[in-house]
Amino acid sequence: MIETISALPADVMVIAVMAVTTYLCRISGVLIMSVVNVTPPVERALKALPGSIILATVLPIVAKAGPGAVITLVIALAVMIWRRNDILALAAGLAFIVAWRSLGL
Amino acid sequence: MNDISPSPQEATSRPAAAQPGLTWQGCLLGMRMVMPFVPGILTFATVYGAAAAAKGLTLGETLAMSGIVYAGLSQMVILQIWAESWTLASLGTIAILTAAINARMILMGASLQPWLKHAPLPLNAVNLFLFTDQSWVIGLRHYESGGRDFGVLLGVGLLTWPLWVIAAVPGYLAGSSIGDPARFGLDLVIPIMFAIMLVPLWRGARPAVPWAVGGLAALIFSQLVGGYLYIVVGAVAGGLAGAFLPEKADD
Repeated sequence: MIETISALPADVMVIAVMAVTTYLCRISGVLIMSVVNVTPPVERALKALPGSIILATVLPIVAKAGPGAVITLVIALAVMIWRRNDILALAAGLAFIVAWRSLGL
Repeated sequence: MNDISPSPQEATSRPAAAQPGLTWQGCLLGMRMVMPFVPGILTFATVYGAAAAAKGLTLGETLAMSGIVYAGLSQMVILQIWAESWTLASLGTIAILTAAINARMILMGASLQPWLKHAPLPLNAVNLFLFTDQSWVIGLRHYESGGRDFGVLLGVGLLTWPLWVIAAVPGYLAGSSIGDPARFGLDLVIPIMFAIMLVPLWRGARPAVPWAVGGLAALIFSQLVGGYLYIVVGAVAGGLAGAFLPEKADD
């Protein structure tokens, strides 16, 4: 155990590097925006951000996951527009994809 | 502007928006809102635990990584390149790869800053330590419906953090996950919850043009380049499109 005092084990160092890097990612968006002057273009950019993050996350996943995932999202979106109920929309989407995959599609 | 619901930046001028605050009810609301994600979190945690065992991590290291890194995808990816012995250069690789995977959280945090700027620093420090994709979409949902309770974010974190850490134990000990997440569609829970958030965000076709720009940029980047930065690329592209395409002709 002496060597763990003089130098941290490498595995612990790796985990520490990951932790620090991740925490910096988590806080820096809020930190940066707290010093940025929110001009009208910056405000418009911020306003466009949530929808952009959503589509930027979802479209590549769906493109990789195939037609079943596309139909799943269409169903979930339709239910959400119809009933404005997150749980119902999620349940409808999951019910479809479970059935789709159980059929081996 | 005849919109009936606010965007984050306009919401301060909207009477329905609550005063920023931190309540226990908010905490409970956050815990309730994250419930649909729990099966996926538990399953994914067992997958992670099994992968960590296979790579020869001790149980302590496995749980420490979950507890202090607390970012599932980056944990899984780093495990894939886990080595018997590390060099200084590989520590750099770890940092760059982790940053690339988690850089989306920079933009997610920025998008919630109009709300979070009202929170005291220690509370933001904790809430952002616990910040995940789930926190973001739930926080956004809360904010869009006029809520301003920081307890929602705290509640999401307080429920999911221990679940994420502890559920790795059975996976680690059994050396296998409790099932194939895809069979129950659990791999699609986050895409579905993100996608349906577009409905309350919707303000008509024109404000959605930057979203389409962002989505397409991410899609093209992920197809041509691959890797993990496509969300950041799409978000930045969408933000720039928003900045340079005025919403109205007279804007």
